[in-house]
Amino acid sequence: MKNYWHSVTLESELCNGCTNCLRRCPTEAIRIRNGKAKIIKERCIDCGECIRVCPYHAKKALANDLSILNNYKYKIALVSLPLYGQFCLEKDINKVFNCFYDIDFDFVYDVAYAADILTVLQKDLVKSSEIPKPLIATLCPAITRLIQIRFPSLIDHIIPFESPMEITARMAKREVAEKLGVSMDEIGAFYIAQCPAKITSINKPLGIKKSYVDGAIPISKLYSKLLKIYKEIDNTKKIQKASGKGIGWARVGGQSFAIGIDNYLAVDGIENVIKVLEEIELGKLNNIDFFEGYACITGCVGGPLNVENPFIAKSRIRKIASSFGDSEVDKKEAYRMLEEGKIGLTEKIKPLSILKLDSNIQRAIEKMEFLEKIYKKLPGIDCGSCGAPTCHAMAEDVVRGKASIDDCVIKQRKKISGSRG
Amino acid sequence: MDSNKNNIGIKLEYEVKKDDFTRAGEASSNIKKVLRQLGIDSDVIRRTAIATYEAEINIVIHSEGGTITVYIKPDRIEMIAEDSGPGIEDVRLAMQEGFSTASNKIRELGFGAGMGLPNMKKYTDEFYIDSQKGGSTTVKMTIYI
Repeated sequence: MKNYWHSVTLESELCNGCTNCLRRCPTEAIRIRNGKAKIIKERCIDCGECIRVCPYHAKKALANDLSILNNYKYKIALVSLPLYGQFCLEKDINKVFNCFYDIDFDFVYDVAYAADILTVLQKDLVKSSEIPKPLIATLCPAITRLIQIRFPSLIDHIIPFESPMEITARMAKREVAEKLGVSMDEIGAFYIAQCPAKITSINKPLGIKKSYVDGAIPISKLYSKLLKIYKEIDNTKKIQKASGKGIGWARVGGQSFAIGIDNYLAVDGIENVIKVLEEIELGKLNNIDFFEGYACITGCVGGPLNVENPFIAKSRIRKIASSFGDSEVDKKEAYRMLEEGKIGLTEKIKPLSILKLDSNIQRAIEKMEFLEKIYKKLPGIDCGSCGAPTCHAMAEDVVRGKASIDDCVIKQRKKISGSRG
Repeated sequence: MDSNKNNIGIKLEYEVKKDDFTRAGEASSNIKKVLRQLGIDSDVIRRTAIATYEAEINIVIHSEGGTITVYIKPDRIEMIAEDSGPGIEDVRLAMQEGFSTASNKIRELGFGAGMGLPNMKKYTDEFYIDSQKGGSTTVKMTIYI
């Protein structure tokens, strides 16, 4: 269980040790130690909630800057779906795609097209009965990691397909290598990223051995450049390739709409997703065919590395999607890719039981009893002053030897006022 | 079923109120969290969660209120759901899939499909029910780890 790699990190000089991120972390992965936030690596699912809520911008996503392009002879930009929603509707999105040529990229690919391919395959998968219902979409890697940690019994429900990013990267690199007659090593594919979870899935992929993506550059880092270049360029090549259905995947509900089913559940916001996954785990939603869940409100278009307000961007995606029509890709082509191994996951997604107190059940029970004893001594107000998000998490930290009950500020205050009296 | 046979164990107790749908599911959700921290197998966790959830919902819908008590031991999980009445008229009938005495109002909320007791039996290794019309109902369930 070693080698966790995370894109969400802390710039400690900016952190003032407040409790904003502490309280909002859905997996209780943050503690405040010595006045600074600390991320418990194995618990973090890179949902980016802390990046969003930090008032001091001390949390950020580890991403590449443009200098990484220098490491490769040929550079591909993999333009993520949410980019469609970042510009006012008057702007020609194909022209925006062309701007990437002026940021040193040699090739530009529309990732939304892979969503078109997946739409065709998922449509059939929903009709088949191989996978227990509801099928769970994996577009949001933070949700997949959440399932590994908190809902391992639902792993079987996960759709065993790669992400549009991964499918596009492989397709693009092969195409370019063939066209130029060069080795794949000379080609770098870079994802124009909307969120830290996607960046993590490049470095620590789930369901595949190794990612074809070589780096990620946040949309927010390129935004002003794109605006400037947009004004200057005239000649444009046709790059935009996706239909409205594929583009729609950028927003919550987009996958279900693309598949064209009624019997689905589309949920955004990590806390909401947790609640619905609880219901699925209880077997209460077996009558639902398809579930898509996103850590971010509004879906990928609400990712913390976007620029535009999530709701405005979501509304744009809806409008753009309907203007691009709903033509479907050739079914034969989609199945050919699937058969050639360009879409299916190759590795099993495994449960991560990182929440357990001890690997020996007897000892774990003893520790749990101790935990409850400590918890009863704590005030139960979840103030966060000790550095743990809740009194229960604090009790757990004490049992794990990571904190002392004396860290409780309320208890200390009572002690002082008691000794005064 | 002897709860005192093994000294090592955790006791979890939850009060379940009559008609309180907003809190229904709280107990099973809490139990699940504890089991996860104990490193229990995910299938056992899911079955325990379903069994306790169904018990919880039954107390909310059909009883005057009650308690759910869970004993977690190294080799098994024991669940006891007890209410303070009014008892089940025909237990054999109540055990049939699809049989329910729930009102239309409750069915409109998506409950009362008549799968509560059958599911409790289905997802546990041992199931025992004791109920008398006019008295209380006790359901004892065991899942072996």
